[in-house]
Amino acid sequence: MNIEPKTAGLYIHVPFCKTKCPYCDFYSITDLSLIPSWLDALCKEIDLYQDIFSEFGSLFIGGGTPSLLDGNTLDHLIKTIRAHWSFDSNIESTIELNPDDVTGEKLRLYRTLGINRLSLGIQSFNDSELIFLKRRHTSEGARKALRLIRKAGFKNFSLDLIYGLPGQTEAGWLTTLKYALSYEPTHLSCYQLTVEKNTPFGLLKAEGTLTPLNEKTEEMLFLTTSQFLEAQGFIHYEISNFARSDNYICRHNMKYWRHIPYLGLGPGAHSFSNGQRWWNYRSLEQYCVSFTEGANPVEDLEILTPEQVRLEMIYLGLRTKEGVSLSRVEDTILASTAFADMKKGGLIKVDKGRIVPTRKGFLMADRLPLILSD
Amino acid sequence: MKQIRNFSIIAHIDHGKSTLADRMIQYAHLVDDRQFRDQILDSMDIERERGITIKSQTVNIPYTSKKGEEYELNLIDTPGHVDFSYEVSRALASCEGVLLLVDASQGVEAQTLANLYAAMEHNLIIIPVINKIDLPSADIERVKEEIDQELGIDPETSILCSAKDGIGIEEIFEAIIERIPPPVGSGDKPLAALIFDAHYDPFRGTIVSCRVFDGTIRSGTMIRLMYNNAAYKVEETGIFRLKLEQRKEISAGSVGYIIAGIKTISDTRIGDTITFDDNPVDKPLAGFKEVKPVVFSSIYPIASDDYQSLLDALEKYKLNDASLVYQKDSSAALGQGFRCGFLGLLHLEIVQERLEREFDQSIILTSPSVQYRFYLTDGTDLIVDNPQYYPDPTEIDKAEEPFIRASILVPERYVGVVMKLCMERRGVNSRLNYPSPGRIEITFDMPLAEVVFDFYDKLKSVTQGYGSFDYEIIDYRESNLIKLDILVNGEKVDALSMILHRDRARERAIRVCDKLRDEIPRQMFKIAIQGAIGGKIISRSTVSAFRKDVTAKCYGGDITRKRKLLEKQKKGKKRMRMVGNVEIPQSAFMAALKTDDE
Repeated sequence: MNIEPKTAGLYIHVPFCKTKCPYCDFYSITDLSLIPSWLDALCKEIDLYQDIFSEFGSLFIGGGTPSLLDGNTLDHLIKTIRAHWSFDSNIESTIELNPDDVTGEKLRLYRTLGINRLSLGIQSFNDSELIFLKRRHTSEGARKALRLIRKAGFKNFSLDLIYGLPGQTEAGWLTTLKYALSYEPTHLSCYQLTVEKNTPFGLLKAEGTLTPLNEKTEEMLFLTTSQFLEAQGFIHYEISNFARSDNYICRHNMKYWRHIPYLGLGPGAHSFSNGQRWWNYRSLEQYCVSFTEGANPVEDLEILTPEQVRLEMIYLGLRTKEGVSLSRVEDTILASTAFADMKKGGLIKVDKGRIVPTRKGFLMADRLPLILSD
Repeated sequence: MKQIRNFSIIAHIDHGKSTLADRMIQYAHLVDDRQFRDQILDSMDIERERGITIKSQTVNIPYTSKKGEEYELNLIDTPGHVDFSYEVSRALASCEGVLLLVDASQGVEAQTLANLYAAMEHNLIIIPVINKIDLPSADIERVKEEIDQELGIDPETSILCSAKDGIGIEEIFEAIIERIPPPVGSGDKPLAALIFDAHYDPFRGTIVSCRVFDGTIRSGTMIRLMYNNAAYKVEETGIFRLKLEQRKEISAGSVGYIIAGIKTISDTRIGDTITFDDNPVDKPLAGFKEVKPVVFSSIYPIASDDYQSLLDALEKYKLNDASLVYQKDSSAALGQGFRCGFLGLLHLEIVQERLEREFDQSIILTSPSVQYRFYLTDGTDLIVDNPQYYPDPTEIDKAEEPFIRASILVPERYVGVVMKLCMERRGVNSRLNYPSPGRIEITFDMPLAEVVFDFYDKLKSVTQGYGSFDYEIIDYRESNLIKLDILVNGEKVDALSMILHRDRARERAIRVCDKLRDEIPRQMFKIAIQGAIGGKIISRSTVSAFRKDVTAKCYGGDITRKRKLLEKQKKGKKRMRMVGNVEIPQSAFMAALKTDDE
């Protein structure tokens, strides 16, 4: 895996969506008339951090639905950012797109603004699945967007896919995957459907109208995904992420898992720097008000103890193929039967001084750190 | 000098003993109405929650009679459970009379009778009090008839009362001073005082509750505790007024406390006699008995590095509960711990709860055991209360287990279910007695081991609360005893081993395996749980492995959330014990020890 410079990452949260997806628990609202006040506040937030950060190695404009922003808004936003901070010459700049919003004009604008990586929220190429997920695009819409992206000359793009939907079969999921590969993406994010409590799906599950897949099928689909994509030459570098080669590993997201600083701007965004984590109000109104009151939009801040840093390093490391250095783990644990069992059970390997999760180990990524961080 | 009366209140559970005590204390204005709380004598949380008295408490109530004479009445409250019957007997030995409380709607119950017999053994004057006459279901005439026929007491001597509404309280006071005789004894004779309780105060040391029969104690007196012949210099004497109230001296006939530099209450024995060091009485007061534990279990800290903290907690706890005995113990599965002896299962539960609540300990208890006796082929014999020391089965010539005589009083309609229950618990030699129409006393010889676990709860449940139960240990009888081991992934969990009758082994093994299966959380590997006698597996169950335990997404925002979850899980793990590669939570140990499905 390539080791990119440890320059910080910059995340911009665009908390607007035309419609809400029932599985999503990111913060977003559907009142698009508030975009100007969001932009205003965001520019003020940028001012706050001018002297705290100097250079960024990645920019990720996520959401929400950043593709809803019109040309002027995005132009103003990026220019303000560039006026405050310098960018690494090799910067990875990503924007998330809803297939419905993709136009040739938008793509040209992104290119002008220096955006060199797209992340397209496809989720599925199966129309009934798209309806179940309440996406506003159709599979035809997705295909059209992909054609436009290729036509505009964007080579580096990622597709977001969701699998493990109730009733989904291995064959159905592989069909979607094959469709996706036919457009030659450099990166795939394949998320197993997670029903979060405070989402519409969460409510359906609580009232019993939505039954998630059983664990056995989920396990099978996860392993199939990994096997299939690796056979196609992809690197399964993080639990849900696959890259065509080392060069296409999402550098921005790697910063989250490697304890590299990142600044998150916008309501609900999280930041990490200097052993501190802080996060903004998860409400556009509160976020904006905090500026008019001359305060800052940080809802809370935590200073990590060395023990917490160690726990994070172990658990974040174990989410990726990089794993965690043996030196982070106590000798008594390395000598324990539990550790031996993990190796024997094929969940981890020890390679070049690092504990590395296997494909099967990825499936237990929430459990391994409990043993390794004792 | 004020006149003294010493009395106790005895009653079946729930017949209103604590409420009556509360009312009498309020009548005497010992405590501000604002500061008053119910069950004022029951100072422990557990006592209030369970509605039972565990420690006896004493209170000195001043009373001015209708004739204008001044009295000091000592109310000696008694514990209300069969585990503590010896303490009850010492409290009664300190009185001249009792109020026998009978519920106006429930009538005479088993414990009423048992308590009456206890009071009669001490030749106490008995004042029947019919309580709860305010209840719509009160049937005073029927209760009077029961008092006459079942207790053999003149029902017309009964006082009608509602402790809840404060009715009849003055009549009770008048009856106490009129009917209960004043204590006899002389303040000039050599000292003879009975210890009926002791408790520990972190600031003042051991506070001994005693009844002085002869002689006078004041600060400076050199006293001797006759059981262990230890001498102490009295620092302070006084009476109980909810708080300690210092008095210059306590003299023949009174009840009070002594502080004498006694370090732990284990240096005192309930029932022991206090006398003068230089002028002792010839022989101690009658009735002393050393209290012996009947149920044994080991206590282990959940996290092995908490051993020292548990040791400290036990030492402190012991200051206040002389009946708990403990010594070091160790287990392959649980490391260092303590083997403890208890008066009964309730006592065990109380110790457990208090260690957890008051001393903040997280502990695991092993299967309770009684003391078994094994005669070996080499002619020796040994007593075993810990399954770890179960002898090599090939060397056992004969095994014996303790038997009790259970006496159960129930309304006639429950005879069938009680007989069935006792027979399931290997009861033999049943006899039926008819103390009064409609009521039956059932006696059974039963193995103590069958009784110490959940028999009392079960009995209450099958008799809908009407059954009452008392027992005494009678002898040891031959029994086919085996040791049941529990294995988790092939590893023996010694803390879950138990000695029991062969006929009970399979059923018990299945139950324990099932309970463990329900309580042990799924882990990364399949967990096999087995019950075995020697090398023979007699039950098994399986905890399936996790197939998947992973969060699909974990971006910037989720890192804190996920870490907090891990921290919480890690904390939970601290409440688990590793056995081989399996994490066993405390709840699994607890569940495995419960014999019942409820």
